[in-house]
Amino acid sequence: MFPNASRFRDPKLTEKITRHIKRLAPSYTIKICHVCGTHEWTITHFGLRSLLPQNVDVIAGPGCPVCVIPAAEIDAAVKLALEGVTITCFGDVLRVPGSELSLMDAKARGGDVRVVYGVGNAVRMAKQETNREFVFFAIGFETTAPSTAVEILKKPPSNLSFLITHRLIPPAMELLLGIGDLQIDGFIAPGHVSTIIGTEPYRIFPEAYGMPTVIAGFEPLDVLFAVSMILQQLKEGKPKLENEYKRAVTAEGNVKAQKLMQQAFKTVAAEWRGLGRLPDSGLALREEYEKYDAKKRYDIRTEKARDLLPGCQCHLIMIGKIKPDQCSLFMKECAPESPKGPCMVSVEGTCRIWAKHSGRG
Amino acid sequence: MCLAVPAKIVEISGDLAKVDFGSGVLREVNIMLLEEAKKGDYVLVHAGYAIQLLNEEEAEETLRLWKEFLEKVEIVGVDEEEEHEN
Ligand code: SF4
Repeated sequence: MFPNASRFRDPKLTEKITRHIKRLAPSYTIKICHVCGTHEWTITHFGLRSLLPQNVDVIAGPGCPVCVIPAAEIDAAVKLALEGVTITCFGDVLRVPGSELSLMDAKARGGDVRVVYGVGNAVRMAKQETNREFVFFAIGFETTAPSTAVEILKKPPSNLSFLITHRLIPPAMELLLGIGDLQIDGFIAPGHVSTIIGTEPYRIFPEAYGMPTVIAGFEPLDVLFAVSMILQQLKEGKPKLENEYKRAVTAEGNVKAQKLMQQAFKTVAAEWRGLGRLPDSGLALREEYEKYDAKKRYDIRTEKARDLLPGCQCHLIMIGKIKPDQCSLFMKECAPESPKGPCMVSVEGTCRIWAKHSGRG
Repeated sequence: MCLAVPAKIVEISGDLAKVDFGSGVLREVNIMLLEEAKKGDYVLVHAGYAIQLLNEEEAEETLRLWKEFLEKVEIVGVDEEEEHEN
């Protein structure tokens, strides 16, 4: 297999890099922010926080694509499902609460909601069942958007349209830096988003914000090295952009994927659940492909929606302001079997990851 | 969601490729996002689409640099620790 994942988990190297991190750590508290659910999984699953000095804190930013879908988009999908349109979506989306109902509830009420592995499955289903109308719920960051672009540009079957809720990561990182009382001393940038966009979109973080930024992969050693690189930069007082995940991320990224995305989509201001409207942070279909836009096809107007249930702190979880065990509902009223907020639904949600790991990060 | 899994291309036919995720079980993935891909290449697969080639040489180089770096800082570190003890 590809240079053995186990070599990127080597216990001896882990021990050594952990010792090195301890040596590098300053005496004051450092907060390093990642923006990827898969990074949170690696950190929690391998217990990396417990390997770090107490004053080196790793916090999770808005890196869960399912968590940031506004309730209004879920409401739109629920409405379509109840009106007889077949909704195809990633499994993680099913239980995300809308204002009133989730897609799971819509399914229980007779809606045709089908889980797919990717947009390709939705296209195949639509081709096979020409008597039905299909909508693909297109969520995800830059990692996922290119696959939607591929299918849009290939001219999908006429009975398929798309609910586009793709979001872009760099604007969300920039939002975090604008939150006055949120301490962030360095960014671990998301490796898989970066395979597509390359390294350059992150350059503003060290250059305009003085923020050490390291693009990292998803094995424990990748994350630990990223932490040590950030600490080194802080020590030297020289913030820069570094790429730790060179085996998958190049400076220019996946140029073909970028071109396809640009052909299919334009960048627009977009809502993020609990975070509000961020400029240039979402994708929408270009005019020539608007006929595949489910909102236009079915004349869906985004109505006022309820993003968070009372007591749910997902908006603070998603910016790394608090950790799940600081929410009073965590593992009481809110648990994976009875989620109150999106962060407990998605396998990439911080609350869910902590819950699955005995309530700790 | 942004999870992407390494796999090896075993066979290519048009826009599709059969890939091996390591278990020997083959799955079909779409390779239209790649400029070029050939049999034997390692790719990262996300939601049924290969999103990028994986560079084996870079992987080896990363591991080599890490080892070298850690050996170096260990020596410096030991010196520092000894100083503390004295
Ligand atoms: S534990 Fe539940 S209620 Fe609390 S923030 Fe997380 S998802 Fe929301």
